[in-house]
Amino acid sequence: MAIIQAKDLHFEYPGGIRALNGVNLSIEKGEGVAIIGRNGSGKTTLVKHMNGLLKPSQGCMLVNGEPTTDREPAELAPTVGLVFQNPDDQIFSTKVSDEVAFGPKNLGYSEAEMRARVEEALAIVDLQKCKDLHPYDLTITERKLLCLASILAMKPEVVVLDEPTTAQDQLGVRQLGAIVMSLLANGITVVTITHDMDFVAEFFARTVVMRKGEVILDGATPDVFAEPDLLMTTYVKPSAMAQLAREVGADRNAITVTRMVDWVAGQVRPRPGAPTPE
Amino acid sequence: MGIQVKDVSYRYPTADARADSARGGWALSHVSIDIDDGDLLAVLGRNGSGKSTFCLLLNGLIPHFFKGRMVGEVIINGRKTSDVEPSDLVTEIGVVFQNPFDQLTGSASTVYDEVAIGPESLGLAREDSHARIAQALADAGITELASRDPFQLSGGQQQRVAIASVLAMRPRILVLDEPTSQLDPVGTDEVFEVVRRLHEQGLTIIVAEHKVDAIADLATRVAVFREGRVEQIGDPKSVLVRRDLESLGVLPPRCATLAMRLADMGIWRGACPLTVGEAKQGLREILDGHHPG
Repeated sequence: MAIIQAKDLHFEYPGGIRALNGVNLSIEKGEGVAIIGRNGSGKTTLVKHMNGLLKPSQGCMLVNGEPTTDREPAELAPTVGLVFQNPDDQIFSTKVSDEVAFGPKNLGYSEAEMRARVEEALAIVDLQKCKDLHPYDLTITERKLLCLASILAMKPEVVVLDEPTTAQDQLGVRQLGAIVMSLLANGITVVTITHDMDFVAEFFARTVVMRKGEVILDGATPDVFAEPDLLMTTYVKPSAMAQLAREVGADRNAITVTRMVDWVAGQVRPRPGAPTPE
Repeated sequence: MGIQVKDVSYRYPTADARADSARGGWALSHVSIDIDDGDLLAVLGRNGSGKSTFCLLLNGLIPHFFKGRMVGEVIINGRKTSDVEPSDLVTEIGVVFQNPFDQLTGSASTVYDEVAIGPESLGLAREDSHARIAQALADAGITELASRDPFQLSGGQQQRVAIASVLAMRPRILVLDEPTSQLDPVGTDEVFEVVRRLHEQGLTIIVAEHKVDAIADLATRVAVFREGRVEQIGDPKSVLVRRDLESLGVLPPRCATLAMRLADMGIWRGACPLTVGEAKQGLREILDGHHPG
């Protein structure tokens, strides 16, 4: 059974802006899924339905098979954790460790369990050294990681990241990628919204493309990146390696540096049994 | 003329809020950079390495607006920034910030009026002012948006409005601090395209960026900041292919990484590419030499 399922999901904001126009999407437990598309295409509206922050105007959103309609976001918090794009929409405590403790405390865990979870979550994002600081003494980069930690402390089955790479530098993006890989390795479902196509290519096997409140493409990331003209209609360009792969007629899976190296090596290395040139 | 940054160190007044013992609270230390007229300097480095502080230093917001402690001097077109009010520098050097929301005044209901705010403060004749605004809109590629509400535009369009309002002051130097960090990939391309055209028109440009793949194609020079110091400065083709770049907090463009890895395997020979176009060329040569059968 899918852990997240949108069925003919429509959503209209008060004032009549139609943000989602019949989205169908099914995400299995343990999948890594990137949602891409231009600003305003409905990505954030869609993920806000996954943790029940928004309720469908029409159609439904199922989490573990149950509609979110009658459930409070707090009820869904242990299942789906959403990390906002802007950390300042999420942070309200005056101490970093309290911010991370808020979730587990409200889920009713013992003091010891709560402390262990806070320590663990801060270690994952490498912010232990900041645990006694005020969140606003952190940089925006660190505040974004703090928000991720406060979601991880609840150990949700699904972690949803809204633009995690903005405000991160290159090594910060790599660190985020490592966190995503370790969550996936532990069977956690990870959904991300992002504009960073290299981040998508490296860490997400499946990509969903949105345009004007609809899903226009959904499939394995290399297959999605093989449709540059369609992607352009929602202001997206494939990763640098995907562009290069297309230019030189390489295997369509060669969308990351590592896979491109392997493909090129496979092309130029003599095959077993072939005569070795002098 | 150009810009001379001479052995500048700077400490924010709030530097003690968080003990950064390694740097002693200095956001910049002993930074010396000469920027020639017509350069396009890419400023790279991790968050917190001093890139934004360097941008604020160039137009005199440091030390005039941000007090703190500044040592050394910055000379813009022959004038020491510490001796000139930042408002007197706006016709020489313009700064575009990371988030267009920080820049757009919010008091103008059209793009035209937003871009007009600067030139109108200069006391120009009406037609001179109009000519400047029209040129700035054209240079930023947003002529057709002139009558739109700035806050109804996409992020990439808003960022180009911010650029136009700076250009309307006709500065010879343009500083952009991570101008694309909030933008989608096409918005990013739009902004970089404007940067490319302005550079071709002869503006001196300084741009702080993390998007190394994109900036490698534009920059004539690259500076790598680490912990407030300039660790490397030079031609992109020499700096961005350094094997120790990662230890300075910057990763090479992906096409360069590809070539370096292939070079280590004895497959890639010759110059290291920075862009998809250059990598395509090199890869084709390798593949053509190995036609299967």
